[in-house]
Amino acid sequence: MAQLPDGDPVPDDGSLPAGAHEIAGKRGFGVYLHVPFCASRCGYCDFNTYTPGELGGADIDGYLEAVKRELKLAKETIAPGQVRTVFVGGGTPTMLTPGQLGGLLDEIDKTWGLEKGAEVTTEANPESVTPDSLKQLRRLGFTRISLGMQSAASNVLRILERQHRPGRAPQAATEAREAGFKHVNLDLIYGTPGESKEDFELSLEKATGAGVDHISAYSLIVEDGTRLARQVQKGEIPQPDDDVAADRYLAAEEHLSAKGFQWYEVSNWATSPQAQCQHNLLYWRGGDWWGLGPGAHSHYGGVRWWNVKHPKRYAERLGQGKSPGLAREILTAEQRETEDVLLQTRLREGLDTSTVDVSKVEPGLLEISEGRATLTLRGRLLADAVVRSLLT
Amino acid sequence: MPPTLGSNLPGATAPDAIRNFCIIAHIDHGKSTLADRMLQLTEVVDPRLMRAQYLDRMDIERERGITIKSQAVRMPWTIREGERTGEQAVLNMIDTPGHVDFTYEVSRSLAACEGAVLLVDAAQGIEAQTLANLYLAMENNLTVIPVLNKIDLPAAQPEKYAEELAHLIGCQPEDCLRVSGKTGIGVPHLLDEIVRQLPAPVGDASAPARAMIFDSVYDIYRGVVTYVRVIDGRIEARERIKMMSTGAVHELLELGVISPEPVKSQAIGVGEVGYLITGVKDVRQSRVGDTITINNRPAKTALGGYKDPKPMVYSGLYPLDGSDYPDLREALDKLKLNDAALVYEPESSAALGFGFRVGFLGLLHLEIIRERLEREFGLELISTAPNVVYRVIMEDGKEVTVTNPSEYPTGKIGEVHEPTVRATVLTPNDYVGAVMELCQGRRGSLQGMDYLSADRVELRYTMPLGEIIFDFFDQLKSRTKGYASLDYEPSGEQAADLVKVDILLQGEAVDAFSAIVHKEKAYAYGTMIAAKLRELIPRQQFEVPIQAAVGSRVIARETIRAIRKDVLAKCYGGDISRKRKLLEKQKEGKKRMKMVGRVEVPQEAFIAALSTSESPDAKKK
Ligand SMILES: Nc1nc2c(ncn2[C@@H]2O[C@H](COP(=O)(O)OP(=O)(O)O)[C@@H](O)[C@H]2O)c(=O)[nH]1
Ligand code: SF4
Ligand SMILES: [Mg+2]
Repeated sequence: MAQLPDGDPVPDDGSLPAGAHEIAGKRGFGVYLHVPFCASRCGYCDFNTYTPGELGGADIDGYLEAVKRELKLAKETIAPGQVRTVFVGGGTPTMLTPGQLGGLLDEIDKTWGLEKGAEVTTEANPESVTPDSLKQLRRLGFTRISLGMQSAASNVLRILERQHRPGRAPQAATEAREAGFKHVNLDLIYGTPGESKEDFELSLEKATGAGVDHISAYSLIVEDGTRLARQVQKGEIPQPDDDVAADRYLAAEEHLSAKGFQWYEVSNWATSPQAQCQHNLLYWRGGDWWGLGPGAHSHYGGVRWWNVKHPKRYAERLGQGKSPGLAREILTAEQRETEDVLLQTRLREGLDTSTVDVSKVEPGLLEISEGRATLTLRGRLLADAVVRSLLT
Repeated sequence: MPPTLGSNLPGATAPDAIRNFCIIAHIDHGKSTLADRMLQLTEVVDPRLMRAQYLDRMDIERERGITIKSQAVRMPWTIREGERTGEQAVLNMIDTPGHVDFTYEVSRSLAACEGAVLLVDAAQGIEAQTLANLYLAMENNLTVIPVLNKIDLPAAQPEKYAEELAHLIGCQPEDCLRVSGKTGIGVPHLLDEIVRQLPAPVGDASAPARAMIFDSVYDIYRGVVTYVRVIDGRIEARERIKMMSTGAVHELLELGVISPEPVKSQAIGVGEVGYLITGVKDVRQSRVGDTITINNRPAKTALGGYKDPKPMVYSGLYPLDGSDYPDLREALDKLKLNDAALVYEPESSAALGFGFRVGFLGLLHLEIIRERLEREFGLELISTAPNVVYRVIMEDGKEVTVTNPSEYPTGKIGEVHEPTVRATVLTPNDYVGAVMELCQGRRGSLQGMDYLSADRVELRYTMPLGEIIFDFFDQLKSRTKGYASLDYEPSGEQAADLVKVDILLQGEAVDAFSAIVHKEKAYAYGTMIAAKLRELIPRQQFEVPIQAAVGSRVIARETIRAIRKDVLAKCYGGDISRKRKLLEKQKEGKKRMKMVGRVEVPQEAFIAALSTSESPDAKKK
C-alpha cells in the first residue's frame, strides 16, 4: 500500500492550530468518505482497502459506528459552514448497501448541512450495482456516480485483475442514467502492458458510447509493493512505457474532444462545466475538506492530516474518544504557494500569470491568454516538468 | 626494551661491517612478510610489539598492499653458520616503493644500496615489475641475490623458477636461495648470505661530507624527516647542513637511525643510512636525489643523478559540491607537504565549475591522491579523464605545453609531441598474440621479445604514454585472464598525428569531455563518448543532439530524444502532500545537476562518462 507521508503528531482531541481557522473557509468545503472494503484486491492496486480476510476482526458495523463518531469529533473541531460537495470513494463503496451509504450521507447532512444543489458522488463497482440499487442511491440523495471501467479489452482487465466483464461498465453507466443520474463518470486506465492502440480506442469508444458526461483517464502506474510490481520485477509483465502512454494520452484527447468532451484537468474530461466534478475541483483549487474513514486525508486552512489506515485501529481510536489522525503537517506560506502552483497548473483554468514566472518554462508548453497560463497539449504531458520549472 | 643496535653504534661502525640492500619484489610476492621475519631475527623489535607488515605505516598502504614510501631499517646481524660464523655486521634494509609511477624514487633507493635481494614467489615466478626493478638494480651495479619465497606453499615450484631466475641473471639454479617469509625457514641463511655476498660500501671518510637523500617524508609532529645514505665523510649532530641543489642551509635538529623506530645518534659515517630533521615543513625543501653536505666544510660536487620529479599525467579535480573548493585547496596543500611530485593549479571548467588541474607521476599516483582526498579529507570529487602533457609547436615556431585538452591551441599547428614509455609485458606464451594485438592497437612498436622460460615471454614495446593511461592495464588483464604483468618507464617523446576531439551538447562544447587522441582514433573516441552520454543523460524537455567534432568537422552524432511524458496521472487528496514532498526533493536534486547550456546533466553522468571504461554497459557484460 502506498506509503503515508511523514508528519507531526496529531493531538488526541484532533484540535487544529488557531491559524488554520483563519485561513480556512475561502475556497469552499467538502467531505470525503473512505470505504476501505473490497471483495478482492486488484493486482495494480495500492489503495487503502481490505479484503474480508485482511480486516483482522473489523467489520462494517464497527466501521459505520466509527465514522459517526469521527463526524461528531469533526463537528467539535471545525465550523466550515455548509457542505458543497460529498465524495464517497474506496475501496468499493458499493460493498455497503444503498441504505448504509444513504445513512452516512444523512449523518453528514445532520452535522453541517448540505448546500442546495450540492454534488454528492459515490464511486461504484460495475459488478456490484443493479438498476435497483442505483435507483435507491439516487433517491437517497446521490447526484453523481463514478464507475471503475478501466478498459473494454478483456486481456487488459485480466492483467489488471479487475473482476468485471468487459461490457459491464458501460452497461452500468446506462443503468445509472436510467436511474436518474445526470452525472456519470467512467474511469479508464491506459498504458497497461499488452494493451494495443486498438484496445484503448475500443475502450474510449465504449465509454463515450455509454452516454456519460465525464471521463477520467489515468496512465497505469506500477506502485511499489503491488502484485503487479512483483510481476514486472520478475519480468513476467513488461514495464509500462512512457512513450506509449504519451501516445495513448494523445489518442484520448483526440477521441474525447471529437465526442464533445473537453479537458478541465490533466486526467479529466467533461461534456460541460456542470459535468465537471466539483469535489475534485475543490481539491485542485486548494479548498477545505474533511476526510472521514480509515486512511482518509483532510485539508483545512493549510493543515493536512491523515487518519490511521487500518479499519480496526481506526475504530479503536475513535472508541477511545481519540482523533483517528495519525499525523499532520502545518503548511508554511511557501508550501501553500508551492501546492497552489502544482495543483492549479493541472487545471485548464490554469495559473494567474502575475503569480508565477512563465519565462522559466520551455516554450510550447504553456499558452498565455487573458492573464492566465494554461498547459498546451504537449504541456499536459509534461505538467510535472512545467511545475518544476516554475518552482525551481 | 630499547632497540638493540649491537656493538656497532651509528657513527662508529666501520664501512666493512655495513651491508646496504633492498628487496625487489612484485606486489604480493612477500616483501613485507620477509621484512617482518628479518626484524624478528635481528631482535630489533620487541617480540611483544611485533605485528604483521610492521613497516607498512600508512593505512592506505596496508589496505592496498603496496608500499608508497620507503623505509630504511638498521639491523645488527651476526653470521650464524658456515665460514665467518660469529662475524658481526650491520644491515640496512631499504624498502623501495613498488610501483612504476615511482620509478625515480626506486632508482634513488637502489642508488643507496650495494646489493639487492630479488624476491620471487615460488608459486608465481617473475613478473614485469620485478623485471623492471631488476634491470634498474643491474644498471646501478648492484649485486643481486636471487631468492625464491613461499616455498612452504604446496603449489610452489622452486625448481622451475630457479631455472627461470638463473637464466635471467646469469647464475646457477643452485645459487637461488629458498625461503618462506611465513614460516621463517631459510631466512637466517639469507641474512648470512647478505653479509657474505654483498660488497661493503666504499667511501672517503676524510673527504667533505656527501649524503644522498633517498626519501623525504612529512610528519605533522616533526616536520620533514629526510632519509640519507652517507657516501663520503660524516654528518654529526648539531651541524649545519647544506642542500647542494639549492644552497639552502639548515640547522640539524635531530640525527639518527631507524631500527625500526627512530634512535637518535651523534653521527653517521661512510656507508651508513640514517634520518635527519631540520625543521623544514615541505618535502620540496629536502628533495629525493639531492646531495647534503656540511655547511662549514662543503663538498665541491654533488653526487650525480638528481632529477626534479616531473608530472606525467594530468587530471582536473573538481569538488562535487562547489562550496567544497576551499577545502579541496587546503587538502591539496597538505598532501603536497609530503609529496614533492604533486603539482596543481586552479582551473575552472564551464561544466564542472572551479577545481584544480593536478599533475601526477602516473595513474597510480593519481588514484592514491584521489583516494586520500576522499578518505582523509572527506571530499567528494569528480576527476576528468587523465591526459598526458603535449608539446605543441605552432607553424610560427611558438611552443605551447598542453596539460589540459581544452587548452589545445586553435591556430596553425606545426607538430605535436607526445611522451612515450618503454613498456615491459610479461605474459604466458598462450597470450602473446592477444598482447601484441593490444599493443599494436595502442600504437606500440615492438622492441624485443624474449622467452624467460618455455612458457613465459617478455615483450618490450615503445608506446605513447597517452595510450597506456587510457584503459590499457584493464584491457591487458582481461585479454590475458589476469596473467600478464606490465611495467613501464618514461622514454622520451615522439611526434604524432594528434587531434583534439570536442564533445558538444546542443552545439555547446563541454570542456570536461575534450580529449587529445590520435587522428585515427578520433572517430572511435567520439562515437564512444557520444553513445555513453546518450545513455547517461536523462531525456530533457527538448531534443538534445550530441556531437563529437574535430575542429568544425562533426565526426559522430547521437540524439537524446525529448521526453514526452512527465506527469503523474493522479493528484487527489492524499497525493498532494506526496507530490509536494517529491518536488521538494527534486529541488535538492537539481543542485546536483550541472547545466550545460539548457541541458541538465546529472553529476553521476559526468563521473560515469569520464571513467575510462569503454562503454557504460561494458561492465555488465
Ligand atoms: N604461504 C606463504 N604466504 C606468504 C609468504 N610470504 C608472504 N605470504 C603471503 O603473501 C601475501 C603478500 O605478502 P606481502 O608480504 O604483503 O607481500 P608484498 O606485497 O610483497 O609486501 C600475504 O597474504 C602474505 O601472508 C610465504 O612465505 N608463504
Ligand atoms: S476495486 Fe479498486 S480499490 Fe478495490 S482492489 Fe480493485 S482497484 Fe483497489
Ligand atoms: Mg608490502
